[in-house]
Amino acid sequence: MSAEATQAAESVFPQLEALLPHVQKPIQYVGGELNSTVKDWESCDVRWALMYPDAYEVGLPNQGVMILYEVLNEQQGVLAERTYSVWPDLEELMREHSVPQFTVDSHRPVGAFDVFGLSFSTELGYTNMLTALDLAGIPLEAKDRGIDDPVVLAGGHAAFNPEPIADFIDCAVIGDGEQAVLEVTAIIRAWKAEGRPGGREELLLRLARTGGVYVPGFYDVEYLPDGRIARVVPNRSGVPWRVSKHTVMDLDEWPYPKQPLVPLAETVHERMSVEIFRGCTRGCRFCQAGMITRPVRERSITGIGEMVDKGLKATGFEEVGLLSLSSADHTEIADIAKGLADRYEEDKVGLSLPSTRVDAFNIDLANELTRNGRRSGLTFAPEGGSERIRKVINKMVSEEDLIRTVATAYGNGWRQVKLYFMCGLPTETDDDVLQIADMATRVIAKGREVSGSGDIRCTVSIGGFVPKPHTPFQWAPQLSAEETDARLQKLRDKIRGDKKYGRSIGFRYHDGKPGIVEGLLSRGDRRLGAVIRAVYDDGGRFDGWREHFSYDRWMACADKALEPTGVDVDWYTTRERGYEEVLPWDHLDSGLDKEWLWEDWQDALDETEVDDCRWTPCFDCGVCPAMDTEIQVGPTGKKLLPLTVVK
Amino acid sequence: MQRIRLRYTKRGRLRFTSHRDFQRAFERALRRAEVPMAYSAGFTPHPKVSYANAAPTGTGSEAEYLEIALTEARDPERLRLLLDESLPAGLDVVDAVEARTSGLADRLTASVWELRLEGVRPAEAEAAVAAFNAAPTVEVQRRTKNGVRTFDTRSAVAHLESLTTHGSPADRPTDRPCAILRLVVRHVTPAVRPDDVLSGLRAVADLAPPVPAAVTRLAQGLFDEETGAVTDPLAPDREAKAPEPQPAAASAAAKAPA
Repeated sequence: MSAEATQAAESVFPQLEALLPHVQKPIQYVGGELNSTVKDWESCDVRWALMYPDAYEVGLPNQGVMILYEVLNEQQGVLAERTYSVWPDLEELMREHSVPQFTVDSHRPVGAFDVFGLSFSTELGYTNMLTALDLAGIPLEAKDRGIDDPVVLAGGHAAFNPEPIADFIDCAVIGDGEQAVLEVTAIIRAWKAEGRPGGREELLLRLARTGGVYVPGFYDVEYLPDGRIARVVPNRSGVPWRVSKHTVMDLDEWPYPKQPLVPLAETVHERMSVEIFRGCTRGCRFCQAGMITRPVRERSITGIGEMVDKGLKATGFEEVGLLSLSSADHTEIADIAKGLADRYEEDKVGLSLPSTRVDAFNIDLANELTRNGRRSGLTFAPEGGSERIRKVINKMVSEEDLIRTVATAYGNGWRQVKLYFMCGLPTETDDDVLQIADMATRVIAKGREVSGSGDIRCTVSIGGFVPKPHTPFQWAPQLSAEETDARLQKLRDKIRGDKKYGRSIGFRYHDGKPGIVEGLLSRGDRRLGAVIRAVYDDGGRFDGWREHFSYDRWMACADKALEPTGVDVDWYTTRERGYEEVLPWDHLDSGLDKEWLWEDWQDALDETEVDDCRWTPCFDCGVCPAMDTEIQVGPTGKKLLPLTVVK
Repeated sequence: MQRIRLRYTKRGRLRFTSHRDFQRAFERALRRAEVPMAYSAGFTPHPKVSYANAAPTGTGSEAEYLEIALTEARDPERLRLLLDESLPAGLDVVDAVEARTSGLADRLTASVWELRLEGVRPAEAEAAVAAFNAAPTVEVQRRTKNGVRTFDTRSAVAHLESLTTHGSPADRPTDRPCAILRLVVRHVTPAVRPDDVLSGLRAVADLAPPVPAAVTRLAQGLFDEETGAVTDPLAPDREAKAPEPQPAAASAAAKAPA
């Protein structure tokens, strides 16, 4: 590396330090977390800056970033440092004092790294990416970048349709990152060692030709006169027509994070997370996570036990979350919960099981998780209020299941149940949503009956449904913000109007406006780049935060930026797509067969349910053959033995 | 039950740790180090840790104090090493004694602070200090949760001087001038913080450092009105004799109701 480039990588901490007394929660910008890694800059030849494009308190606990940070730093000659979105108070000072976007590990400027990798859990982080690029001094648009600028690489669930940010990213990787980052690293290393032949273009071509890295610049999008996409065509030779997702098959071989980061600042998840399986085949039709992370791959009970043990020793956390899309579905969950509860009873370590399905809940499991006696609340997600709409979304949970489950819970000492729902599901009518109130009153009535107590609560939490790419609902019309709000208002009135039960039912809802922006970006195409840019230029930041989000700004910018295209926000959100339409993400291969998705969409409209392929025959979603993989589930039949206490 | 008193630091970039942040980090360090902590009773048991008089977020400190209660006796020095290793560098545990006296908090009546004023000429600082010391009262304002409050800073200041320095310290060489103040403040209510004294210097002499002052608590302890010294608050524990081991029967008898 040249002397000039080395200098450009120097720590900006002295300049930053002078600004910190003037900002809120300065601790989030100083790094120094337990288990963080600072490697020698000069002795590494491939350097990654990893970003979770939201505030530190949200980004730090993100498992994806934590895993890749550790996987990369374990490699010789490779370093990874982390960066997060700075709050507007610091952004203003950084601009005033010319302090660039920095990593929290050694406070080097992001522009000095080889790769700037961003993990997008949600589309609402797009404006934050632009802030970071601009603060880093990296040209906002990929076409303006030079050989010394980092490769801007997007990952995470939102990257399964990266088209709205196609102008701003150099490439995207879809699927599991553990192996993918190593493949990208090897290609960059070789290209640098050869003296960077062919410049940036050559590097991106080498990445694209693997078939596992999507470079938007190497594809041209052609449109029909009515605004729909005609086709997406590679514009370089050797670039594949479709790009595949990455799938890690044996989770036990990837026990990351081994050394979870423990921040000094307070974050949104003050616990250690261990991913107990990846993927889900329950087949809920609205659920993008369940569709794009197939097939199901379980971590073994012994692998989980080891990760919990090592992780607790490395962190000192007082709670362990057993993470997955539907944690009670692990084939050995009962033995896992009991084994861990036995091991850590004395150490006052709490266990939690996020995402428990109503039909997978059982009281023995719940009792293991609450041995310390705390039975504050249980959360379930029936998602739909009526039996009919639950058939549409394939959430195969009957009202009887739910009532039976809550009866058991109330009978065993729980006093509060939280129920999650969505509003605006395909084919939904007012009646489907109003039945949520009936369900909640039945829950309260049952609770009062079995507990013999009037002190029973049920909280209904409901948000607008956003159709997502790579799901059977990718063709569905989204309900407008006005209609969503009107429907929620009716539900609210019905609950409030119930004299006998209304006071025991809490009602929490999210208004429909943020969902429309999310929907616009979720199923958008490259024409939205101009909208995102306009929103950013107008000051849009932190769109996932109510206090920063501005619906009016998004709509005003969209109206203006989309004007020359002939399409508008409604076209992207409330319009139903047809079978023959080329969808903006069709050339990104999640493994799901588009024909199967369409059939499942038709089944949804017919209110036909599909079972889970873990216990019924394969229904040909396409993932296993396309990815040359298969579902990997137990049971292993092993048990967690007590740990020998070494003092 | 054994009680151990610790002195710890907030150094370098970790001086931006708030007290709440430190509490979380410390309790996790206790778990990692497998310290046999005594827990509070109740629905959500907490390890028994008493914190004294934490320095404000953003100021460094060489002298923060806390006390922990253990269910099994441990050697204080070994415990100190273990905890120091378990905490991130910058949050360093530098002293440990077994508590043999009561009232650690009562022995923390004053603090010694160092204020580094980058970009301020020592002569300018000296003049401001002289004006401050000569004033009978120096009123300043501070924004609090309940609005702006006005109070006197002068009476709490036991000592304030501008140290004669020769340039900057070796670890941060610079051509800029840098004044260093040494400040001894009594712990009074409402508290007078180094920031308030800086506001006072601005009020009496228009002293306005171009960059935020780097403030570090050097010591905390009992203020000796005669000598003006701030004494080590752990010294009485160190000097007190270890209690004679008592026969179990005798101690049981002493506790039994008459």
